[in-house]
Amino acid sequence: MPEVKALLAELEAVCADPAGELRKALAEGRKAVGVLPYFCPEELVYAAGMLPFGLWGAEMQTTFSGRYFPAFTCSLLHTVLELGLRGELKDLSAVMVPLCCDSLKCFGPNWTYGVGSVPVIDVAWAQNRKTAAGEEFTRARFRHVLGRLEELAGRSVGDGDIAGAVAVYNADRAALRAFSAAAAAHPEAVTPRERCAAIKAGYFMDRAAHAQKLLALTEALNALPESSWKGLKLVTTGILADSRPLLDILEEQGMAVAEDQVAQESGFFRTDTPVTADPVAGMARRLGLLEGCSVLFDPGKERGKELVRLAQAAKADGVLWVMTKFCDPEEFDYVPVKRMLEAAGIPLLAVEADQQTASFEQARSAIEAFGEQLRG
Amino acid sequence: MSEEKPGAKAVLRALQDKIAQDAWDAKNRGEKVGWCASNFPQEITTAMGIRVVYPENMGAAVGAKGGGQRMCEHAEGLGYSSDLCSYARISLAYADLKSCAEQEIPFPDFLLCCSNICNCMIKWYENLALELDIPLILIDIPHLEEDTCDADRVKYIRAQFDDCIRQLEAITGKTMDYDRLREVMAISQRSSRAWLRAVGTMANVPSPFSGFDIFNNMAVACVGRGTVEAAEAFELLADEYEALAKEGKSSFRGEEKYRILFEGIACWANLRATYKALQSRGINLTATVYGPAFSFLYRNLDELMAAYALVPNCNSFERELELRVTDALKNRVDGAVFHMNRSCKKWSGTLYEMERQFREKTGVPTVVFDGDQSDPRCFSEAQYETRIEALTEIMETAKKEASRDA
Repeated sequence: MPEVKALLAELEAVCADPAGELRKALAEGRKAVGVLPYFCPEELVYAAGMLPFGLWGAEMQTTFSGRYFPAFTCSLLHTVLELGLRGELKDLSAVMVPLCCDSLKCFGPNWTYGVGSVPVIDVAWAQNRKTAAGEEFTRARFRHVLGRLEELAGRSVGDGDIAGAVAVYNADRAALRAFSAAAAAHPEAVTPRERCAAIKAGYFMDRAAHAQKLLALTEALNALPESSWKGLKLVTTGILADSRPLLDILEEQGMAVAEDQVAQESGFFRTDTPVTADPVAGMARRLGLLEGCSVLFDPGKERGKELVRLAQAAKADGVLWVMTKFCDPEEFDYVPVKRMLEAAGIPLLAVEADQQTASFEQARSAIEAFGEQLRG
Repeated sequence: MSEEKPGAKAVLRALQDKIAQDAWDAKNRGEKVGWCASNFPQEITTAMGIRVVYPENMGAAVGAKGGGQRMCEHAEGLGYSSDLCSYARISLAYADLKSCAEQEIPFPDFLLCCSNICNCMIKWYENLALELDIPLILIDIPHLEEDTCDADRVKYIRAQFDDCIRQLEAITGKTMDYDRLREVMAISQRSSRAWLRAVGTMANVPSPFSGFDIFNNMAVACVGRGTVEAAEAFELLADEYEALAKEGKSSFRGEEKYRILFEGIACWANLRATYKALQSRGINLTATVYGPAFSFLYRNLDELMAAYALVPNCNSFERELELRVTDALKNRVDGAVFHMNRSCKKWSGTLYEMERQFREKTGVPTVVFDGDQSDPRCFSEAQYETRIEALTEIMETAKKEASRDA
């Protein structure tokens, strides 16, 4: 157990100070590119020898971002822009911005005219992602992005470099899947907050180093005696479920995250990049294989079906939907997915989260009541 | 005695009614009809003789007739957030209720979605498809990264265009006649040129018409521009405006003291209040992005694909800005009113920066007000009045200074 806790503490420290990781990379002479969600071709940044640095917002109050975004834009984008406007991301070589939600489409201009010094790389990928034309479009635009990255890195990037980066990413995904399973088997050893941090740290670290940490952590978890933990098991869903106060409330209430369908978490690691002759084609194909995220075109709401399967497979007591305030895709998905869960007899609690939320008392009451309902 | 011919306004209204009736008639005959996104390539359905109706137009009409809040609240009762697009909420409420006192449209057998104006549309149509258990065809047009539409996008859109035709043939049993498609493309160009000629007359002082009329005429421009009737109606409209301009006359009520750009979708549920505050002060709308950007000009199929990527809200910020600045300068505006539309995250997400840069580049005063396209709860008449009052005072001072300097 001490080894588990030590490794978890290391990964939590990374999440507590992502800027520290950035400074470390820069001090080693490595450039870094900011990567906004969702599904940017991070492997290309890695292949170019740069550090892909995840930009998932921060728990903070904003002062300057309201000059650009209206109040009804999600806090994820407000806080990333705020960090940029405060100069805290000035050492990035660029930020990659996917054009896959209406607020993200606005991020690029607001960043360009607000922050200025760090260029934007727009990333377009196909929503008709399961068709040959969609895959080809995404492949072609990822190649276009690669050209921009080569300029930034000051070097050309060959298919061998990209295949190597894909292998590193797939290895980290495999390590994350193994960790997620081990953490689910040992709720007594991994709190909801620690689980989240272990996953999230990968957005700020070198993926190869992250995989090594996770493999060690998983090995240590698997060496523990069988768990006799008797709390409630939840599956989380949403864009982000990394609010520390919220995750602490789950722990206080005797709840564990047995599985997730969260964009920031399994949205990264559930699906590998297929290995193809043209490695960029494999990256485009991965987009067609993904499910379970509201920003993806999902005409049959596979997300809901997947969520039911995940909850049943994890023998979960219920689902916790961490609703990102002002996120259109999430707010649309909520109604049909909720019905699917109801039809399957799976209890659901939705809690609205905002990275600028100061008080979690309302969430605490709702989670307490949900716990009572689940315990019958 | 010869019978007097109806004016363009009446012709356009009658045409709008006929298009709506045609959809009902088709449905009643047992034909398959669809619900369609406003900026979906209408050339496909027009050429195939497939009737479609437009939930966005329904959202606007229901809002204008006073049903917006009731329908939005019904959607919220189903679990939809009040932060979502009010057109979407009205449409999802209608799909659930199966009736709406203010306006009804025939229920669809399929859905045609296009993501060029927003991604919200994709999620809205996904939910409709699930709710109504019908097929959904998406033509995905990713937001532009640059000022032009690249070859990758043209190829991707073309593949989806062709695939959409194949799917529609399977769903409706109708086939695409490619000679007819070329004919519809030519007619659409005729309509677009007439539309541009009509809105181009706003450059005259005074403008020959009240700019709010554009919001009404857009409905036919959106749904019927591939038909000869629409082309003729827009040509008639342009002729009428040109004749009025030649005589220095205008259908705007009162003296046109000030000219403004109005940015954003109309507040349909508060149309009277938003119009009267301007009209009563002699302020006419003489510029809107719906003028230059709603034209879909092209010469061939590849250019058609690109034209649908150049619609408002799909362009790069710089191109969007240039469209507005150019139109405002050409049409000699004295000020601008920016609608912070609660429904539209795309339009509103860069509105503050757009307003700042527009003001710098044109040198005219601007104001921003909070509102919504169809949910009246987001609009405050007092706030709007105050903003328009302030704008009027600045425009008045500027005019006095300009005449003194002259």
